[in-house]
This record gives sequence, C-alpha cells and structure tokens, in this order.
Amino acid sequence: MSRFRNAVLTAAMLAVAGLAAAQSTKYPGVGRNATPKEVAAWDIDVRPDFKGLPKGSGSVDKGLEVWEAKCAHCHGVFGESGEVFSPLVGGTTEADVKTGHVAALTDTSFPGRTTMMKVATISTLWDYINRAMPWTQPKSLTPDEVYAVLAYLLSLSNVVPEDFVLSDKNIADVQKRMPNRNGMTTEHALWPGKEFGKPAKPDANNVACMKNCVPEAKVSSFLPDYARNAHGNLAEQNRLVGAQIGADTTVPERKVGEVSAPPVKKPAPAAKPAAKAAGQDGKAAQALLNKNACMGCHAVDRKQVGPSFKEIAKKHAGKVDYLAQKIKTGGAGVWGAMPMPPQSLSESDAKAIATWLAAGAAH
Amino acid sequence: MQEDLSSGRIRKAPENFLNQDGIKTVFAEAKNGRRDFIRNAFAAAAAGAAGTTALAQGNPVPTEGGDANILNLPEHSTGLGQGVATEGYGKPSKFEANVQRRQSPGLTQTTQASVSFAPLQSLFGTITPSGLHFERHHQGWWDIDPSKHRLMINGMVKSPKVLTMDEIMRLPAVTRIHFIECGANTAVEWGNVAVPTVQYTHGMVSCSEFTGVPLIKLLELAGADLKKGKFVLAEGADGSSMTRTIPMELILSGEVFVAYGQNGEMLRPEQGYPLRLIVPGVQGVSWVKYLRRIEVGDKPYAAKDEAVHYIDLMPNGQHRQYSGIQECKSVVTTPSGGQVLLDKGFYNITGLAWSGRGRVKRVDVSVDGGRNWRTARLEGPVQNKALTRFNIDWIWDGKPAIIQSRAMDETGYVQPNYKQLRAVRGTRSIYHNNAIQSWLVNESGEVKNVQVS
Repeated sequence: MSRFRNAVLTAAMLAVAGLAAAQSTKYPGVGRNATPKEVAAWDIDVRPDFKGLPKGSGSVDKGLEVWEAKCAHCHGVFGESGEVFSPLVGGTTEADVKTGHVAALTDTSFPGRTTMMKVATISTLWDYINRAMPWTQPKSLTPDEVYAVLAYLLSLSNVVPEDFVLSDKNIADVQKRMPNRNGMTTEHALWPGKEFGKPAKPDANNVACMKNCVPEAKVSSFLPDYARNAHGNLAEQNRLVGAQIGADTTVPERKVGEVSAPPVKKPAPAAKPAAKAAGQDGKAAQALLNKNACMGCHAVDRKQVGPSFKEIAKKHAGKVDYLAQKIKTGGAGVWGAMPMPPQSLSESDAKAIATWLAAGAAH
Repeated sequence: MQEDLSSGRIRKAPENFLNQDGIKTVFAEAKNGRRDFIRNAFAAAAAGAAGTTALAQGNPVPTEGGDANILNLPEHSTGLGQGVATEGYGKPSKFEANVQRRQSPGLTQTTQASVSFAPLQSLFGTITPSGLHFERHHQGWWDIDPSKHRLMINGMVKSPKVLTMDEIMRLPAVTRIHFIECGANTAVEWGNVAVPTVQYTHGMVSCSEFTGVPLIKLLELAGADLKKGKFVLAEGADGSSMTRTIPMELILSGEVFVAYGQNGEMLRPEQGYPLRLIVPGVQGVSWVKYLRRIEVGDKPYAAKDEAVHYIDLMPNGQHRQYSGIQECKSVVTTPSGGQVLLDKGFYNITGLAWSGRGRVKRVDVSVDGGRNWRTARLEGPVQNKALTRFNIDWIWDGKPAIIQSRAMDETGYVQPNYKQLRAVRGTRSIYHNNAIQSWLVNESGEVKNVQVS
C-alpha cells in the first residue's frame, strides 16, 4: 500500500517536474541536452588562460619528425617558406623574447610579417594547429603531436631550447617568452561593445566640407602601363550593354582626340565561366581530386605546391600504373625537393585519377 | 556585321575603319549638320587608329532610314519561344556571361585559402545575387547534408544543447537585409594603387536578405549566463573550424542571428550552407560559416583569425586586436576603373555606401578630386547596416575628371580620405581600409583607378 502510494507520489512529482521543465522554455520540444561525450567531441577550443587545453607533452625532436612528414611541404622545413602561405617563423630576436615586443614590426623596410612576429598568445597556436592542421587532414594530430609541432616551431624562434619538451605543465611559462606577447591593444573604436572597457572614438574622422575643400587634386598613384592587362582583358569583365563598356586592355589606351571614337572591338563574353568542366571525364576526375584533397597542393594548369596536372600528364603520358603507384606512395625528387606525402585514397580512386592523368588531364 | 553580341549603345564600326557604308554614314551625318561627328571620324582615320573604330553616335539613324533592329523583325518576334521549366532553376541570360566573380591574379597560391571578388561594376540596387556573392574560404568550401548538421550550445549555460536544422527552422524567424564586408576589403590599396577595377578594390562586400533565428533566443533556450558570459565563441564545422569571439552586447541587442536563408532560398554552400552566423556591421570573418557550435564564456578567445590575422598593425608596432566594425565607406561603381565612357553628355553616377554602425545618412559626390561636392540621391529604403545605393546626375564635358564619393552615417561619422587615414594608421595595417576612392576619367573616356594628394 505504502509502496503503491509512494509510486503514485513519485509519478505525480515527476509529472510536475516534467511540466516545469517544459515551461522553462518558450519552445517546448525544440532542442535537447547535449551529452558529455558530444560536448567533448566538439568543444576543442583552447583559450589564452589555457581553459580547454588537453594534458600532454611533446619534444622539439618529435616535433621535427612530425613537421617533416606533414607540415614542411607547405611551410618549408624551417617554417620559413612563403611559397604557399605566409612564413611562420622569422623576424623575431632574443631581445624581443625579453621585451615581448617584436621590434621589426616598427621597421617599415622589414619584408613581410611572420606568424611568430604577430602572435601574442601561445594558446592561439596550439588551438589552430590542433583544429585545422595539416591543411588537407585537419584534426588528425594527437595532442602530443600538437605539443611537439608547437615546440619545434618555438625552438626555431629561439623561444625554447632545442632539447625542450613542451607540456600542459610548462606552457604558461613559455607564454611569458612569446616575442610579441605585449604587442596587442584593444584601445580602438572597432569592437562593437563595452566588453573591453569604454570604446575609443573613431580615429580618422573627416568633415563634410562642400566647397573649395582641398587644393586642386594631383594624381599621386596609378597603375603603370605595363600592368594594363595584368588582371585580364577588362572588356570581358564588364556587361555588354550600359552606360560604359569595359576597356580593351589588350591594346593601349586610346589617344586624346579619339574621344568620340572609342574602341569598338566588342568584348566577347568570357569564354568559359570559372568552374565549367568540359567533358564527363574531366568532371569525374575533378570530383575525385576534390574528394581526395589533391587540389590542396596541385592545380590543373599551373604549378602550386606540386606540379600542375597538365605537366604531370605531359611527362608521364600513358603510364597509368606508374602514376597510380606514385599517388599512393608519394615521393620527392621527380619535380623538385618538395616531398609529396603518401596518400591514403582507395585503389580505385588512385587508378581513376592515374588514368585521367595518363590520358592528358582533360579539363 | 555581327549582330548577336553587340551592345545597343554603340553602333558596330565597319572593319578597316570606313568602308563604303561608313563613308555614306559620315556624309549623311554631315548633311544633318553634325560637323563634330565628321571631324572626329576623320581625325581618327587620320591618326591611323589600329584595327577598328566606332561611329561614335550612341543611337544614330542609319542611311537606310531606320535601325535594322527595328526594320527587320528578329526571330524572337516572329517565332515561337521556349517552354516553361526548360530550366528547373533559371540562369542569367547568356549575354551576361561577363558578370562573374573573379580571383585577383597572384593574390593567393591556393584556391581553398583564397578570395573571389563580386563584380560590383555590373550590379544594380543593393542585393548581391547569391551566385555572385564574394567568397572567402580558409580551408575550402563544402556542401553539407543539412539533415546531418547540428548546432551545439555549451559553455556557461544551464544545460548544453544540441539542435537539428529541423528544430532551428521551427523557431520564430527574422528576415533582415545586411551587408557583409571582409575586413581585408581594399587592403591592397593601403600604400598605393594596386588593382584596376572596383571588382578588385571593393569586391569583398556583398549584401543579402538573410533569414534565421536571433542568437539570443538560442542562448536563452540553453539557459546561458548572460551576465558573466561576456563573450561568445562561434565555431564552424569545416576543416578550419573557424572560430571568432562575438561580443555579448551585440547579441543582447538582438542583431546577431543564425541564418539558413539567403535571398529567399537556402544559403549557398559557398556562404556556409546550411547555417551561418550573421553579425551585422562586423567584418565577414565573424560571420562563421557551417556554424556548428556556440560557446558562452567570460573571456575572449584569441582565435587564429583574431590573434594572427585580422589584427591591424599600427605605426608604433602595436596591433589592434578584436577590431571588428566596418566603418562607414562608399564607392562609385559606375563609372569606375576599367570602364570607358562612350560619349560626352549625360551620365548617372552611381555607387554603394554602407556603415557598420547603422544607417547611411548622406553621400556626397565630387567630380573634381574632392575640391567641390554635391549631395547624391539615396535610393531608399535606407536600412540598418545594409548597402545603400546612391546616384547623382553628371554631364561629362569630355575633360579629365576625378570622381569620388564620401559617405556619412547616422552617428555623424564621415568617411575619411587616404591622407587622414594614413596619418593615424600608416600604410601597413592591411585591414579596415575605408578611404575615399578616386576614379580618373581620362579625355579618352577610359576610367582609371588613382589615388590623389
């Protein structure tokens, strides 16, 4: 009896609780609680105060190993390459490690800005390597590999010694040696809120003058004649009708006196929209190339990290088996020093791509 | 004469300058008292202009006594046209093939971490056609199955939540028109002129009608701590899993929303299908695509794109961090660089203005390089943090002219010129270049990108 009463009471209480839960939201039935497992799978961000940083460690030596296998073909062995992305390493000094200000940032003649010159927070590097690298296989590194790669990068910048082991235990100490750790400011008018304190006034305000505002304008910068056609024929980048037509930049500009005799060569509509694939074969191959992330390093008709598919097709015409095997195993030396890592794609995909290449890499 | 692709504005010239027909026309024009026509036509001939030359009359009456396009009824007036649903999804006219988004040659080494620019020189009004919307990808774009896409809300919330697209689309929706501009729009022009047309100088701005759910509603649904939770992290589902810190104040205002709709249909894959964060007035990198997660926190996150990129270098070597607002800016799109004015006479100068701080209040236009200004018409309705189209009459006398526009927003902020901007920020800050743009109209009618001092 009492058991029965308890059961009824419990049921009633549960019903009330359920009702309360339903009423706590305006949108009953929409959304559900995330499980701890789900949150752990996606909540991968690491903040500057190291909230979210997984435990682990990695040595500079281990980092070099991972780097040469997975990172060097885009970033260069020493993180110095600017061929594909901006250089990661360079431009920082021992003095910067002491001051936390990268001196080269004030030097207007210094060429370029590397990641290590700019980044103030070590967490940013850990977070980004972990979430987005390597380029074609993001999120494939283990936490220890991320520590190792980061240790290697930091050793290249003399932030840590060559025998260093970076870990969750010492990362806060390394933060205190980041070359540009004092290089950021939030004192500006471009943050849309008061979270960083009272926002500053806009820094470059003009006045709405209407008459005789400035002396006669002088042209101080313009494109040189040799760059006239650098962006392609502008006639093909404008509509065929309208108040203006595009200038035919394949020929020199008309001389004065021809004012009412403008170029008449009609702009032909651009022959092919950027992403139009001609044949079925080309299209199918394109899909496979995209699926297997080949286009991260190769393009069809121009050199990127690796040679263009057209170049490969020319050099290895008809050699389906060779190409299929080469795709699977990777290698270096045929096209230059930059290594191609082994690719983990299916036999059939490798064969299909190789067949397409061997037949001339039709676009 | 080829008919199909010729414009209505210029009459095709005979090949090799003046043949018998051309000469007939010249004399006919002369008979009509058009001496300037004949003089110019022969001046061009005397100058030995290479190739072909136009009879520069916009719309002359030919010797036959009428325009062949009127006198000879075309096929489309005398035949049967095509049926409905020939294209299940309609495409632009084949004559519009020049209107394309484009990469700027040499800007990036890969196409996956790159930019394509919207063809502003060819667009009307304020809405960017979805297929011409500028693109910026950091690690390539994807076409994600919406039935498998999830949005997670966690961090400083009572209970972390997971929502499906079905559920998000059940919630009360808002539809708003907003511009999106990349923080690096016009970046290549900080030091000097670098690119020829408005597509490349300003084409990283677009404007759409977006539909979705205010983020504040989703935060409330998860029981977010709206007092201590001052910052929100937005995270994408793509390879780069792009993250950006979003200020709570802007979310509390109700302006920030998660969008699935764009211009009446679902978002385009290149724009984050099926879900994208909309952060009005703030640079595009904060409009996280393929949005998978929202985390509420009490500190900013210093994500890669707010600690390595999208930071503004100042002359003293400091970088401005968390710089998001796109300040008031405008640009004349017609006439603009790389175009040719066909004739003297009347033109309607038109362009776009916008402000990340609210509505555009006024746009002034100068045709003498910024010395004298006239106030342009605004094509209403003028909307909050949206592109605004302006236009103004202009009669071109054939002399060189430098065309500029200068926008003012509802806060009273006036778009600066290069001199003012560089005085504070130098020339190396890459981002947030909202300087007044100058277009030089040469006597030849050709328009050039220039900067003036």
